[in-house]
Amino acid sequence: MAENPNEQIPTVVASGVDIVYRVNGTGAGRGTATAALNRMVRRKQSEKAAGVRKVHAVRNVSFVAYRGEAIGLIGTNGSGKSTLLKAVAGLLPVENGSIYTDGQPSLLGVNAALMGDLTGERNVYLGGLAMGMSREQIKERYQGIVDFSGINEKGDFITLPMRTYSSGMGARLRFSIAAAKDHDVLLIDEALATGDRSFQQRSEARIRELRQHAGTVFLVSHNNKSIRDTCDRVLWLERGELRMDGPTDDVLKEYEAFTNRPATPARAA
Amino acid sequence: MSQVLHTPPPSQATPADDDLTALAARYGLSVSGARPTLRAYDSQLWARRHFITAFATAKLTAQYSQAKLGQVWQVMTPLLNAAVYYFIFGVLLGTKHGVPDYIPFLVTGVFIWTFTQSSIMAGTRAIAGNLGLVRALHFPRAALPISFCIQQLQQLLFSMAALIVILLCFGVPVTASWLLVIPALVLQFVFNAGVSMVMARMGASTPDIAQLMPFVLRTWMYVSGVMWSLDKLSAKNHMPHVVTLMLENNPAAIYIDLMRFALIDSYHSSSLPPHVWAVATGWALLAGVGGFIYFWKAEETYGRG
Repeated sequence: MAENPNEQIPTVVASGVDIVYRVNGTGAGRGTATAALNRMVRRKQSEKAAGVRKVHAVRNVSFVAYRGEAIGLIGTNGSGKSTLLKAVAGLLPVENGSIYTDGQPSLLGVNAALMGDLTGERNVYLGGLAMGMSREQIKERYQGIVDFSGINEKGDFITLPMRTYSSGMGARLRFSIAAAKDHDVLLIDEALATGDRSFQQRSEARIRELRQHAGTVFLVSHNNKSIRDTCDRVLWLERGELRMDGPTDDVLKEYEAFTNRPATPARAA
Repeated sequence: MSQVLHTPPPSQATPADDDLTALAARYGLSVSGARPTLRAYDSQLWARRHFITAFATAKLTAQYSQAKLGQVWQVMTPLLNAAVYYFIFGVLLGTKHGVPDYIPFLVTGVFIWTFTQSSIMAGTRAIAGNLGLVRALHFPRAALPISFCIQQLQQLLFSMAALIVILLCFGVPVTASWLLVIPALVLQFVFNAGVSMVMARMGASTPDIAQLMPFVLRTWMYVSGVMWSLDKLSAKNHMPHVVTLMLENNPAAIYIDLMRFALIDSYHSSSLPPHVWAVATGWALLAGVGGFIYFWKAEETYGRG
């Protein structure tokens, strides 16, 4: 796949990656106290008997990403795209195999660090600090973040608590905070679907800009158009397996043929 | 140059797993999400100090932002707490007999105990209750329990302001020994943070501990002499020496006694156990260093499904 191996510098190497979630308390008779007691007593037995269910979210995925690439991740809902991104970011441990990265890949997402009870202004600072920016950096970029989000276009909303924002406004501010930082390897999970048309265009432009600074960009999206606009290579995950890996147009063609098929359960290709 | 690669994945154009590992090694890539060394972890944590304090302050402010009285509750809550304990232990049960300045004695105990109790409780849920944050962003996870302890420390400072008003109302004189409040609080904070980190790791792997902790903490409170004077208790009941020793060196009791000694003039050093500062420092170092290393040991596992 690498046309000029002598020029390509790998930034992310995934080798035979398996990711498994364990969910407590899903065994037979899950809710009852006796079942819970049973689980505690039989702790040492197999995990299945102990009521732990394993969800095999990603199976044996291998790929190499190179500097300067923008890679789209596609697949139907629940196919393991976001899980794979989190593992690349080092936020989820892998069961088998390993993921090697150049520097620290960062997930474009600060939602969890923000608090609805605080003003937009304080959330800009809190989110920036949570992403590892310094106070000076945030102060420097503060006006840019607010302008980019367009929160203040309809009045002074940045000084109101975030819980008073409409869902679109909140999403715009979150994206603006997240996109304010420069990253080595950037992982974007469905961030482009937020906001109105003009905001979407602004965010796609910002992603292209980030891609020039960042070594490699990964983008998860269900919007084939934004994948086409931003990515030159696509990984297609289906039921946790890597089904295809290749140039955007080829993979999207196959994927569209797959998703437009009449609704029958997917057979293994 | 279109290359369409079908499943199964292992047989695709990318070389076998061994070759991938070799490729990663050749370009000096590191394993994603591996645990840093203790030294690297320290400096990462230090680099995030502004996040730690900002997160604590944000949590503290967000707490009462929906209430009509707003931040007044920061002072009201500890005062109401003290009033309830005074009503039950001071008025109904009459525990106050024999303790001079009972109300300052009680209120100091309640506030200092609450600091340890809420720090540990918050620590237990620090990872388990913030999985969203742990799974979305990269930062040394110890930032969370430490941040929650700082939030409790800020809360305590509000309580201390209320406490000083109470002390002055009851005619406790301002003396130079009030300065001892600072080292006592520093030691208690280090102890709390250490225990919180231990509890955070345990709570992350077994969330059930959060259900159990209130009972453990309540028992601990009753043996820590929050509402009564421990030396009265042990003198009266002729308890075995070991029990007295354990009651005396219980870290919560040590920090409460130190604070009473610092603030209340009628609470003499004769009421303190021997070598009290050494014991207080020992507990702080043991919990602080031990808890930090124990927490760091599981750093890469936090956030697992």
